[in-house]
Amino acid sequence: MNSITQRENQALGAAVLELDVNNHAGVMSHVVGLFSRRAFNVEGILVMPVGDGAASRIWLLVNEDARLDQMIRQLEKLEDVLAVRRHGADHAVFERLEEFFR
Amino acid sequence: MSSDQTETLSGAQIVVRLLERQGVRIVTGIPGGAILPVYDALSQSTQISHVLARHEQGAGFIAQGMARVSGQPAVCLSCSGPGATNLLTAIADAKLDSIPLIAITGQVPTAMIGTDAFQEVDTYGLSIPITKHNFLVASAGELLEVIPRAFRLAVSGRPGPVLIDIPKDVQNQRIEVSTWPQPGVAAAVAPPAADLMARAAAMIAAAEKPILYLGGGVVHSGAARQAVELAEKASLPTVMTLMGLGTMPVDHALSLGMLGMHGARYTNLLLDECDLLIAVGARFDDRATGKVATFCPHAKVIHIDIDRSELDKVKTAHIGVTGDVKACLDQLLLRVKATLRESWLSRVAEVKAAQPLRTPGIGNPRTSYGLIDAVASCLDDEATITTDVGQHQMFVAQTYPLRRPRQWLTSGGLGTMGFGLPAAIGAALAEPQRTVVCFSGDGSILMNIQELATAAELDVNVKVVLMNNGSLGLVTQQQTMFYGERVFASKYQTGPDFVRIAEGFGWRTLDLNHVEEPLAALRTALGTRGPVLIHARIEEGEQVLPMVAPGASNKDMIGG
Repeated sequence: MNSITQRENQALGAAVLELDVNNHAGVMSHVVGLFSRRAFNVEGILVMPVGDGAASRIWLLVNEDARLDQMIRQLEKLEDVLAVRRHGADHAVFERLEEFFR
Repeated sequence: MSSDQTETLSGAQIVVRLLERQGVRIVTGIPGGAILPVYDALSQSTQISHVLARHEQGAGFIAQGMARVSGQPAVCLSCSGPGATNLLTAIADAKLDSIPLIAITGQVPTAMIGTDAFQEVDTYGLSIPITKHNFLVASAGELLEVIPRAFRLAVSGRPGPVLIDIPKDVQNQRIEVSTWPQPGVAAAVAPPAADLMARAAAMIAAAEKPILYLGGGVVHSGAARQAVELAEKASLPTVMTLMGLGTMPVDHALSLGMLGMHGARYTNLLLDECDLLIAVGARFDDRATGKVATFCPHAKVIHIDIDRSELDKVKTAHIGVTGDVKACLDQLLLRVKATLRESWLSRVAEVKAAQPLRTPGIGNPRTSYGLIDAVASCLDDEATITTDVGQHQMFVAQTYPLRRPRQWLTSGGLGTMGFGLPAAIGAALAEPQRTVVCFSGDGSILMNIQELATAAELDVNVKVVLMNNGSLGLVTQQQTMFYGERVFASKYQTGPDFVRIAEGFGWRTLDLNHVEEPLAALRTALGTRGPVLIHARIEEGEQVLPMVAPGASNKDMIGG
């Protein structure tokens, strides 16, 4: 994280996105590529397979940005993204992880 | 799945069989090591012919030309590594203009991926941001699912390019196939929300100064007839984007022509006055809108698009409708009342008369406008028109009498110089009965000039009208207008002899500068079947006007 995104973090809220995706090589690339090519930093990423492993869940911690609605619509267009849910920054998933990042 | 007898086939043979089952009859490409199994299988096909391009980008644009005139997905093939990277520009171009293109690339064998093998490049990774979707195929069996799915994706919803990267070992892997999947076709689109359509119709009824704004989505949806009917029924003056040209005949009483950076003064000024903008299959591209904050500043916006992510992306709509353009227009046609709008139409006529598009030199075939007009006078609406990118493209967009959808093939979104010639070849292959005219410039033609060889070999009915001003005209124009007249790196110190070059490739030629009767010579050349290059020297320093400075408001036009 550079100083600009730290400042942005203070200025803006954060959001947590929960994505159901197909589980195969390349899906992460499709997802994070949408953000990186818009210079939209992803602050945190968590991925694990769910169920029988055919699908995965991706959790993204991102800044609340005017472009976030557009980002979600772009995510929903990806062929391997099955569903997108938006949560507030207070979602437990990243908070519980904090102890691993001290 | 349809059932047949069991056969043992290689991945490559499966690819070819699936393409045949999709109804593909022409593929373009260039062979090379990692795609040779597919080429070997293709050599045995009695249904598919192969067009050998001279550069993979040419192969990609030939396929695009076929797709653009037919609306059906077209297929291009390339080898791994440089073959694949050469295809990328044509793929990106298809993405930005929503063209259904299927790119099939060979890849090094699976076991060698990641080893920096000869001609290995990460085609999958490179193509992610420029495709609608892409695949790296892991087994021959997967092809049975991937290929029909690729065709379905390419044409469903908003069309776009799909890339299939197939490692050589997968092409060679032999498996038993007993059942074949159904060909991939467009998925059904949900009908538009009835309440939104009713509100949109009410907003159109309540508007005093509405304008209909048609984009490429009207072409893709096959909805030009509905768009014109809606305009006529509700008395809607109509602007078109570069991609939407042809959806309403430009000489239709309600047509205001192309909007935006090189739109006519009256077009942009009327948009500045309108109180309702009905955007249909258009995406508010910056070349169309100019400075967004001042685009149609008094207007409410109805935005209809098949791609939900286009709604509210650039300009927030008062009513945003996700749906197939044709279905939406059918709905609107049922709901809008026939309206006369006499005062708005008389205001439109007044502004049109006071602020017309100026076309200096139109009577003289030795000027840009005059040449385009002369070419048009030799042709009818059956002709297909392609362009390259630059001043000639804008001159043609401004003045060529385009009157039918899919008549007009131009690189709108990506603005790719080098598009015109291979796209024209593809258009002529898909519709051999038509005359295909490619307007080009001396900058653009050089970017895919090798395809002159392909055209000659195929004897396609393509005419290239080469408008030669010895420079990168639009760059010169921008440097003159916005960079203190510091014209730099945009004038060629030497120019090739294009007539001799074309003759060397086996083309017939006409040099308009060396004939007494240019119009008669033009008529003969355009009426001669087969490839003909028509060379015309255009004065250096001509400008396409009016022009909106990049980032400026459309009402602040320069010149014209």
